[in-house]
Amino acid sequence: MNSNFRQPDTASDVPHRASDGSQFWRSLEELEGDDAFFVALRREFPEYANRLTDGATRRQFLQLMGASLALAGMQGCVEQPQEKIVPFVQAPEQIVPGKPLYYSTAMTHDGAGIGLLAESHMGRPVKIEGNPLHPAVPEIMSAAAETNRLRFGASDTFAQASVLSLYDPDRSQTVLRDGQISTWDAFAAELQATLSTLAEAGGRGLRILTETVVSPTFADQLRQLVELYPNAAWHQYEPINHDNELLGSRLAFDADVQTIYHVEAADVIVSLDADFLADGPMHLQQARGFANRRRVDSTGAASAASMNRLYVVESSLTVTGAAADHRLPLAPRAVAAFSLRLAQALGLQLEASESAENATSVGDQIPQEWLDAVAADLQQARGRGLVIAGRAQPPFVHAIAHWINATLGNVPGSVEYVEPIAARPELQLDSLRDLVNSMRAGEVHALVILAGNPLYNAPADFHFAAALENVPLTVHLSQYEDETSARCRWHIPELHFLESWSDTRAGDGTVSIVQPLVAPLRSGKSLHEVLATLLGNFAASSYEIVRSYWRSRLEAQSTEANSDVVWQQALHDGIVANTGSPAVQPTIRGDFAAVLGRQLSLSLPAGEGISVVFRPDPSLWDGRFANNGWLQELPRPLTTLTWDNAALMAPATADALQVKNGNVIEIIVEQTAISIPVLITPGQSANVVTLHLGYGRERAGRIGNSVGTNVYPLRSSGAMWHAEGAEIRATGRTHKLALTQHHHVMEGRNLVRAGTLTEFQEHPEHPAFMFEGHVPAEDVSMYPEHKYDGYKWGMVINQAACIGCNACVVACQAENNVPIVGKGQVLNSREMHWLRIDHYYRGSPENPEHYHQPMLCQHCELAPCEPVCPVAATTHSSEGLNEMTYNRCIGTRYCSNNCPYKVRRFNFLDYNRELRQDAVLQLASNPDVTVRSRGVMEKCTFCVQRISAARITAEKEDRKIRDGEVVTACQAACPTEAIVFGDLNDAGSRVRQESASALNYSVLGELNTRPRTTYLAVVRNPNPALR
Amino acid sequence: MPQIFHPSMNTISRATIFGAVFIIGFIGWLMGAVVRSPYATSAGVIKEQPVPFSHEHHVAECGIDCRYCHTSVEDSSFAGIPPTQTCMNCHRELWTESPILEPVRASYRTGEPLVWNRVHDVPDFAFFDHSIHIRKGVSCATCHGAVDRMPLMHREATLHMEWCLECHRQPERFVGPRELVFASAASPADESKVAQSNWIEAYHVQSKTDCSVCHR
Repeated sequence: MNSNFRQPDTASDVPHRASDGSQFWRSLEELEGDDAFFVALRREFPEYANRLTDGATRRQFLQLMGASLALAGMQGCVEQPQEKIVPFVQAPEQIVPGKPLYYSTAMTHDGAGIGLLAESHMGRPVKIEGNPLHPAVPEIMSAAAETNRLRFGASDTFAQASVLSLYDPDRSQTVLRDGQISTWDAFAAELQATLSTLAEAGGRGLRILTETVVSPTFADQLRQLVELYPNAAWHQYEPINHDNELLGSRLAFDADVQTIYHVEAADVIVSLDADFLADGPMHLQQARGFANRRRVDSTGAASAASMNRLYVVESSLTVTGAAADHRLPLAPRAVAAFSLRLAQALGLQLEASESAENATSVGDQIPQEWLDAVAADLQQARGRGLVIAGRAQPPFVHAIAHWINATLGNVPGSVEYVEPIAARPELQLDSLRDLVNSMRAGEVHALVILAGNPLYNAPADFHFAAALENVPLTVHLSQYEDETSARCRWHIPELHFLESWSDTRAGDGTVSIVQPLVAPLRSGKSLHEVLATLLGNFAASSYEIVRSYWRSRLEAQSTEANSDVVWQQALHDGIVANTGSPAVQPTIRGDFAAVLGRQLSLSLPAGEGISVVFRPDPSLWDGRFANNGWLQELPRPLTTLTWDNAALMAPATADALQVKNGNVIEIIVEQTAISIPVLITPGQSANVVTLHLGYGRERAGRIGNSVGTNVYPLRSSGAMWHAEGAEIRATGRTHKLALTQHHHVMEGRNLVRAGTLTEFQEHPEHPAFMFEGHVPAEDVSMYPEHKYDGYKWGMVINQAACIGCNACVVACQAENNVPIVGKGQVLNSREMHWLRIDHYYRGSPENPEHYHQPMLCQHCELAPCEPVCPVAATTHSSEGLNEMTYNRCIGTRYCSNNCPYKVRRFNFLDYNRELRQDAVLQLASNPDVTVRSRGVMEKCTFCVQRISAARITAEKEDRKIRDGEVVTACQAACPTEAIVFGDLNDAGSRVRQESASALNYSVLGELNTRPRTTYLAVVRNPNPALR
Repeated sequence: MPQIFHPSMNTISRATIFGAVFIIGFIGWLMGAVVRSPYATSAGVIKEQPVPFSHEHHVAECGIDCRYCHTSVEDSSFAGIPPTQTCMNCHRELWTESPILEPVRASYRTGEPLVWNRVHDVPDFAFFDHSIHIRKGVSCATCHGAVDRMPLMHREATLHMEWCLECHRQPERFVGPRELVFASAASPADESKVAQSNWIEAYHVQSKTDCSVCHR
């Protein structure tokens, strides 16, 4: 109870610390050698986490313990409850109980679709994979996949977590009128009455507000609506939109285009504040293309030509910046100035003007040698270079990126242009402004908001809530009864994409049919159904609407006699063939320099003080995923923050403001103030504070309410992405931030190996960085050697390919029924993720190098956890898996104590209780994996249920399991194929090849644990001119 | 000094010391016996069902193959319980007025499924797959007993882990030819076929006892 057995209380018995900047480090505290940090580090769990804090006396404690012991003993005597079997009355075709079915569908996010395969068990979707036939989705193990029946594609965190949102008990269930339960018929009647009065004036006063529309069916319905009501208007708004890209292409080409980046084709990539590895409609393909050019083989000569080089200039640390060979943190203004200077260095002739000089002066902090190196590299890689501008950058930066790509001949090699995929490309900020102005003027009689939450996320200076008061009839379709619903007369529950029909378009325009997996779990309507109601069709189902649109379109286009065949094929494949946007060849406008010069004066405000940068949250996006527990508890990439947002700032900025981690500060932008805790982030630009959108929701649901701070009040229409001249004041208050980076720290050993391409080429067989400072393992054991005659499962994680995007972590959580524990438990180091992404730094805290290391059970051949288990609950399998048998585990936690990798997770509390008790939520769990209860240890199993399934399939066909037939959940999700799994006894397997690489190493190999999970060292390709 | 203890205490104490050993042993044996008894395992206990379905009648007397109703036994982990439709395939013609079959007809009429009480229920932390056992030559009767002699269904085996391991440790005692997997236990096994070959080798039977084979 009160004893801290073997927990050191002084720093003196702590041996290692990484105070030398040339070493790898994991946090600023470690780098500075903070004593309190090292004391905490030696504890598995924080101080007092193991103490009774509710004041129970010793006697009460013994009584309680005695009672629990007696009850624990009695648990085995509980009679097994009678289980029922409920067969079908008429068995549906294809459903075989116990076998999952996969259906192709698609999810629309950020104005583009991503193709998915949904795994359905007896009609309930439990897991999402990417659809490899979809153009936005790279295939996993494509070489091996040919022979396998089931092929997987990569996916991202949002797609992985979408299945939990489907079962969210907080989703809205009923039509509401002024907050009171009402019916769809009552709504339809009132709408009809209003429409009939509006119809006389051609629908004047009827306004529709949607998010970015890409669905062809929805666009067709809107077209019909405009025909029916010529004076009605349709507006689009999403808080995270593509306005800057659109304006940029108009500026450069005088045309609207959709840009597709072929990252794999590029030798030199320059990102101007673009997080292209994790953001954008084709980010999965971009990440794959990037990673494919980062792999080095043992023949160093070949890799010199094949390896790309990435320069990132950015104002806020992103996963793309973390993957860069050279990263330059700059203030947002300076990024813009950098792009201008880069264009000038590449030959752009700007007329001398005040604005051009202004740009030059802003760019004072840009190191000249950096600029020269980038320009020279781009020049040298003519036709094989790529410049990408980020969505937060002003339009002229996008125009400059287009100009550079055109000038250097990178089009069509690494850049391709197609016609826009959006149904109506427009500036969404202007569209919303028009709407709000009309609302204020009293011109809007009926406003139908189809998805979106403008009351929460519209620019603060639009005062959307006040404008809404002037509209007599307001209708809001939404999955949750959210902030906007609360202020609208009607709220209609929206269906999830896994329970209604629709269609969407990929980043290249290819259409996917969104196919539902289940009948609606709660009563609701889809976008199509509500729009059909406006068109006077009150009973149409989504299926009829989507099907009839495609029937007429396919019959008009298809050469196939029977359009049903085409439809069926499209449903099966997940894409409608030949629907990609037509390619276009836009040319840079003749008066480019002059037009650009005019734009500059608008785009480069001279500002003093601290810049505030707004970014979509990597987990919650614009706030729409706030009620998804998996995403809330997901350690955010790079910061490892959970259940919160914070003001990210550089160490120097924090020093200047005299604040520390967790200190609450007040940020004031133009008389508006918010209070938010500080999180010091190495690599953040100086004098730039990054704020993530999507937090501080008031009506998100039980999970998302009041988590973090709402930063939208600071975001005005003039400062959508960054605000200048912010004032910051310390409040003296503190706030606990649940970071996972310090949990399970492995002390000062060098756990990451990294070098440069030049170093690698010196000794491709024995790169020096693989051995320096590392103790070789002595291959001895007191235990008898294991023999592996059959399969020998192993995993290789390529750290050079890992971008730290977190898709694997959510995929693991979904596949293995890993519970969420809540912020309080995360603060006690009790998060349950089987897979975590450790983040290492090297170099100065101002701009360190970043390394990711996905860490999961290493499945050691000489596992330290196995011999210490008193009940043989953790054992070694004949195929080398380190098995965890939950029903045997009595919770001694000796195994976790003895694990050098700290990958075992203990169920301190019954984290799954809510899951078991909620009839709907429990449908989300994977039936192939046990749901663990309190008092049980758990950890990564190498997805043993998938191995089992593959083994049974193979054995029934009297053959061995093929390479690529077992794909673990983390591997299947990974866009860059950083994770490879397979049989090490199979000479042809990919995992065997990668484990034989000269860059392969075992983490803590010197402990002679002989891990089955090995890593490939990071090789970076820095420019020698910048060394 | 007088003796505190009467000499008979010697006997009593001996009896107590040795008795304790016996008593503890007896309690241990009793617990083992209770755990393995039909009281705890439900083995041999007939469960009430919505319709008193007789396997004996349908299998032995009518000669219906197991797979006519348990359709997914060769493909899936779950053998499959027939939909009402399967019952009605015959019973729309036979015994159409039988009061015993009224729940079946009602189910077919209304679309409400029949709700059966599960007889063979392994715990939720154990994952059993029918298809692979069938494929490896473990006959239905090996685990389910002589179903064709059961007028009402009961569990033959304890379904304890020791019972599973009995076969997993010595598969050669239980594995037979694939042709006879669905043969009824009552029909005499073709001795020539059984003796003919080493099924373990022929079917590549791996006697897996790794925990993760069943627990995951």
